Amino acid sequence: MRICVCVKQVPDTTEIKIDPVTNTLIRAGVPSIVNPFDACALEVAARIKDKDPSTEITILTMGPDQAKEAQKECLAVGGDKAYLCSGREFGGSDTLATSYILAKAIETIEVKDGKFDLILGGKQAIDGDTGQVGPEIASHMGLPQVTYAMEVEIDGNNAIVKRESDKGYDMISVPMPAVITVVKTSFEPRYPTIKSKMAARKKEIAVLTPADLVELANIDLAQCGLKGSPTKVKKTYTPTRNADCVMIAEETAAESANKLAGLLADAKVL
Amino acid sequence: MSFEEYKNLWVFVETEENEAKNVGYELLNPGRMLADKMGAELVAVVIGGQVEDVAKKAIEYGADKAILVEGEEYYNYTTDAYGIAMKALVDKYKPATILVGATNNGRDLGPRMACDLHTGLTADCTGLDYIDDPEDKMCGNMAWTRPAFGGNLMAQILCPDHRPQLGTVRPGVFKKAELVEGRTGEIIREDIHVDASQIRTKLIERIEEVAELVNLEEAEIIVSGGRGVGSADGFAPIRELAELLDATVGASRAAVDSGWIPRAHQVGQTGKTVGPKLYIACGISGAIQHVAGITGSDVIVAINKDPEAPIFEVANYGIVGDLFEVIPALIDAIKKARG
Repeated sequence: MRICVCVKQVPDTTEIKIDPVTNTLIRAGVPSIVNPFDACALEVAARIKDKDPSTEITILTMGPDQAKEAQKECLAVGGDKAYLCSGREFGGSDTLATSYILAKAIETIEVKDGKFDLILGGKQAIDGDTGQVGPEIASHMGLPQVTYAMEVEIDGNNAIVKRESDKGYDMISVPMPAVITVVKTSFEPRYPTIKSKMAARKKEIAVLTPADLVELANIDLAQCGLKGSPTKVKKTYTPTRNADCVMIAEETAAESANKLAGLLADAKVL
Repeated sequence: MSFEEYKNLWVFVETEENEAKNVGYELLNPGRMLADKMGAELVAVVIGGQVEDVAKKAIEYGADKAILVEGEEYYNYTTDAYGIAMKALVDKYKPATILVGATNNGRDLGPRMACDLHTGLTADCTGLDYIDDPEDKMCGNMAWTRPAFGGNLMAQILCPDHRPQLGTVRPGVFKKAELVEGRTGEIIREDIHVDASQIRTKLIERIEEVAELVNLEEAEIIVSGGRGVGSADGFAPIRELAELLDATVGASRAAVDSGWIPRAHQVGQTGKTVGPKLYIACGISGAIQHVAGITGSDVIVAINKDPEAPIFEVANYGIVGDLFEVIPALIDAIKKARG
């Protein structure tokens, strides 16, 4: 088995604060982490490898050089090798352009190392929350896709996916190669050991440049970056808050509760 | 690409096992407003097994027309069958804008379509507008508003150079319009069939978990618990209040991640977006990712020990106090008021 896991390095959005004066995001000091859903996707891959140790897991990331830190973490918990796709031409890409670049990066790696059976990723990244890059990679590559996977088992040439549904889950069979995106799994991603961390440091992280993708996958750079992105951000703003909360502070909890019940009845919501 | 060819606003009304998902009907409400602003027709696109009833109902909810595609292959959703059908419909009719409900299937189909059609898709929109000001150089485009960075930031997105423009919208963000019984409109049948060999995924088994069905998106009243609840047992007074009010129990991510309550109850950016008449947040600090999921509520009540908790910044009524004292007192007060 050959598995490619797409991993994004993201700011830990739970640590982001708003500057109360300027009403803008404070990005400084916010830690960068492996997108948690991608970590679950890697764990799914690692579990496939537990059963079939001949499996090779390749980590693919698009981002600046700093993203190698996230890749090193992945190499300590199941990843065998990593490719960082990086270049100024790729900056400012929306999901369509990003998925195109990643599809071309996968093609490039396949030329070097051989075809993948599975391409995994998280259902979405916690900074953008779009959930579009996985299905768009599948579309660019002409592969079948299964999104919202909770578990993945291999059965011959098929992957058997437990897919989250509104009322429970569906068991879905998909022929490989396929693209599968993973939700927050019921099992936690494994922890690195000191030994695995040391081994990860020795593993190679190869950089794929725009020139590499032109040479090996014939990428059209006009479809990359800002100019290759159909969606444009017109403006961003921090959400406004309602500051006129009626605070109820009577002598006792019972009196406060009585007053609240009265106010809610007056407002015709009770 | 000639933009003149691309007209009308489509709402994809998702069905599963011949039943419509509510979000499709919900989207016909903002869809009607946008289509009027565009001077265009509102068209419901209904794909499914046998779903003519859904097409009729979509018209009663405000669509001018419905495009209906029926076949056994559409009884359950597959990326391939729905992707092929939608591509064929878009190529034939050339809509300017398509709204899709951000269910798991909608978020599976949307990006597949966007890529097949080489266009832009904005995910999980919470605001929809059409720019009709001729002074604005972006006149004629949709303006899609969505949260990013876990709800910390709102972004307005345009897709100025490609058609159709695509957006997904989460269930519960918009409310359904009043249904006008007997409202009529043209139903256009399209005979599109997808051969089994073209559908690469196979549904082996469907498991419906018998655990209580949590319908947060449709709830009129929600009583939610967060970190302040402290334990699984701590949800007892919340459940009691919910039962009294005929409400649904919700929870913050902190409570779900602590294992106190199943994930199906989670409200927020990574859970469900809700829009009840009344949302009672108990022991919830009001992390931005939670707040992002509740701002569609008509009235928000916050009960929290910490007077500085950010939940009070979005609440209409607040009580600073211990939820284990306030909720039983509130239950008594409501019972007393009802006599």
